[in-house]
Amino acid sequence: MPILAYQKAVSLAQVRDLLGAEVFCGEDLSAQVGQVGAADLMSDVLALSKPGMLLLTGLASTQMIRTAAVSGLCGVVLVRGRKPDESVLALARERKIPLLGTPLTMFEAAGLLYMAISSR
Amino acid sequence: MASPEELESTYFVAGRDFTNAGKISTAIMDTLKRLGVDPEVVRRVAIASYEAEMNIVMYALHGTMSLRVSPHAVTIEVGDEGPGIEDINLAMQEGYSTATPEMQEMGFGAGMGLPNIKKNADEFRITSEVSKGTRLFIRVNQIA
Repeated sequence: MPILAYQKAVSLAQVRDLLGAEVFCGEDLSAQVGQVGAADLMSDVLALSKPGMLLLTGLASTQMIRTAAVSGLCGVVLVRGRKPDESVLALARERKIPLLGTPLTMFEAAGLLYMAISSR
Repeated sequence: MASPEELESTYFVAGRDFTNAGKISTAIMDTLKRLGVDPEVVRRVAIASYEAEMNIVMYALHGTMSLRVSPHAVTIEVGDEGPGIEDINLAMQEGYSTATPEMQEMGFGAGMGLPNIKKNADEFRITSEVSKGTRLFIRVNQIA
């Protein structure tokens, strides 16, 4: 999982706008995103993520939310129009993990974030 | 010292219970946060604990996780009843896994769990007996 360290951070609200994303849960989107990782392999997130990282993933499971919680991630964006079921949503709310969803593919979503944030 | 409080709790982990997998590790994380343990220590313990809990759920019949918090360190002792590990050196290699496709679909079983526990721990010990079970000792030092 490549971890991108950006030259400037954007807020989760800006991430929502950039990706045309729906907000499934997360009232406060002011958290600043300094790093983004893209992965479907939770083992990689557990081994390689940094605290405060934003995760792009196609995995909409309770394990994904628990992985985000123990890894101290700032939020999760589900790609390819994946929707969380009620158990995933309830856990995201309980763990206070902002959960967004975009119709874009992982590649497109990662590309847009990279372009927006790495350009000076 | 992060916290002068001493605490000991033991949790039961059921094998194959994927719905609840990770619940104990997030509970441990919440306990450590409540005690005021340093956030980086909390994160290392939570990740190591979660990897260990997933291993019990994926491979063992059942197991226990015992958390102990002292002013100097957080330790987790894990014991399970299960198939055990035949070759611990092999299991400690990144990328070696005996996971099923079902486990991999959930995003686990990439052969990263045990090496990642070791990476997050200041002290890590593992012993295993085939057809009996596996025991782990994980210690993360508190930041003075």
